[in-house]
Amino acid sequence: MSRIDGRFAELKQSARAGLVTYLTCGDPDPATFSALLAKLPGAGADLIEVGMPFSDPMADGPSIQAAGLRALKAGMTLAGTLALVRGFRAQDKTTPIVLMGYYNPIHRYGVPKFLAEAKAAGIDGLIVVDLPPEHDDELCLPARDAEIDFVRLATPTTDDERLPAVLNNISGFLYYVAIAGITGTHSAAIDGVAEAVARLKRHTTLPVAVGFGIKTPQQAAEIARIADAAVVGSALVDKLAANIGKPGLVDAVLADVNALAQGVRGARP
Amino acid sequence: MPAPNTYRAGPDDRGLFGRHGGRFVAETLMPLILEVERAYDAARGDPGFARELSYYLEHYVGRPSPLYFAERLTAHWGGAKVYLKREDLNHTGAHKINNTMGQILLAKRMGRGRIIAETGAGQHGVATATVCALFDIPCVVYMGAVDIERQQPNVFRMKLLGAEVRAVYSGTATLKDAMNEALRDWVANVADTYYCIGTVAGPHPYPVMVRDFQCVIGDEVKTQMRRAEGRLPDTLMACVGGGSNAMGLFHPFLDDPSVKMIGVEAAGEGVETGRHAASINGGGPGVLHGNRTYLLQDRDGQIIDTHSISAGLDYPGIGPEHAWLHDIERIEYVAVTDREALDAFQLLTRLEGIIPALESAHAIAEAGKRARNLGKDHLLVVNLSGRGDKDIFTVAKRLGVEL
Repeated sequence: MSRIDGRFAELKQSARAGLVTYLTCGDPDPATFSALLAKLPGAGADLIEVGMPFSDPMADGPSIQAAGLRALKAGMTLAGTLALVRGFRAQDKTTPIVLMGYYNPIHRYGVPKFLAEAKAAGIDGLIVVDLPPEHDDELCLPARDAEIDFVRLATPTTDDERLPAVLNNISGFLYYVAIAGITGTHSAAIDGVAEAVARLKRHTTLPVAVGFGIKTPQQAAEIARIADAAVVGSALVDKLAANIGKPGLVDAVLADVNALAQGVRGARP
Repeated sequence: MPAPNTYRAGPDDRGLFGRHGGRFVAETLMPLILEVERAYDAARGDPGFARELSYYLEHYVGRPSPLYFAERLTAHWGGAKVYLKREDLNHTGAHKINNTMGQILLAKRMGRGRIIAETGAGQHGVATATVCALFDIPCVVYMGAVDIERQQPNVFRMKLLGAEVRAVYSGTATLKDAMNEALRDWVANVADTYYCIGTVAGPHPYPVMVRDFQCVIGDEVKTQMRRAEGRLPDTLMACVGGGSNAMGLFHPFLDDPSVKMIGVEAAGEGVETGRHAASINGGGPGVLHGNRTYLLQDRDGQIIDTHSISAGLDYPGIGPEHAWLHDIERIEYVAVTDREALDAFQLLTRLEGIIPALESAHAIAEAGKRARNLGKDHLLVVNLSGRGDKDIFTVAKRLGVEL
């Protein structure tokens, strides 16, 4: 059982949904990010997505675009991301880490080398936005062989005809993108999301995490009532950005994580 | 691997040309891209679509464009017989409209009520805005803020034509960022929008579709050269940014083994300086904007800034079919500097009274290097992909002239 499977099994046993946080690795600088990452589980993050910065993040809105550029400017690289997670894993053996980003840096690094080092660093899953099932031979299947979960996004445009292809070869969880659009923009109507999650559940036994447009503890709680996890990214990245240069940056972001976790944990009676 | 018996069969059903191409896009876009592919396959097999397209190409775009024997240029170089394919004489002044006309007719068939496009120099933006005006379709063009600054006349043209030009400030604020932003728009407006890509790049089926719409260039050259000289040309030359004008000229000749083809990339200040836009000559394989191809990138796989005097060649990638044709050595790709292109720009203007686009001037420059060493019976065709009126400000600045 992978660390991700284990975490979702625990959540199920506790009869609650999980909180998945997203921050871009090395934002605003490697040292600050590292300090923040180490404290995310304590603040209530059940799973952690770590963004791999990329110069051309096609599916991301302004917040995460800017985060990536800050991280790159601060010298973050894919090798640096792997090293940073390795450091985290030395202290925390239980919180699943999922790397999220785009294919080109991995392609450049070399897939076999990347997977070997990712596994050794204690990375549990990958979300690579621009690798649809049509290209599973590139990274999805090799990741499966390396025992790293390959997590895919399903979207409002993924109809019943296409869904089986999206579900094929994946493990860990399914990430439902609640809006047709980029990260950090508007929020979806909750009824539509509930319907969509129910539809996904008819096709898969994998846990379903819902993200895109979740900003507040109230919204996270609404999602926690209908899905297995709520993913919050841009809102945390915005909080981080608003506190750059201030001594309280880490605590400010952790306070938001804590509030979101309270929302998620209190969602189901 | 044995040589294929045709170079024109690609791509495969996953959109791959060898290892290049494909559909590396976010899941939100996949159903749309599959729909575009289905619609294009249906249109391609429909004589009604072909009739409609050829009607507008003849009566609106002004095709066929002439294949002009450049007598003074030929005499000046003293070698090969030089012909110019006059895409600069098309409506809107470049080859771009061959593609926008095809794609927007397709979008109409698909019932899409809104067109988006990216543009670098503004030529594709103008061609898209033009056809949208003709068919009364709302049009949004994404353009890097840096490009808007250096291509003001085209920005104004697009606005006159009724398009909304949206400035893109993200990343390096140039063509690649405009393409990112157009993809973001499409993801958010999947229901009613058609994305009209301007070159032979992007996710499948765009590279093949844009190629097919541009093949009118090479098809005409074949007929025109037969009429003029009674045989095939010996060498074809075209500039390559994304590579649509080159692919349109080359593709119909790929299976004619006697025809040599040369694609000319932008070497900017010199490939060795790192300030260039030569993806094949100075880049490596990678994945961006939906396809695998040669890209300008750093060791970490981050896309790097490009440089060329010509905004239309200022893109860090190249169409995947070009990448494949390079790999299998069917086409030779070389690079020409800003300086050489500028000299060729002035040479053609003086000798033939034709002001070429700076993009096309790269091909002219390479032709000059080769023509003088070729025999007088050698038939050399250069694709004059666009006219240079848009570039006079850039050229004046480089020559130290104040307008």
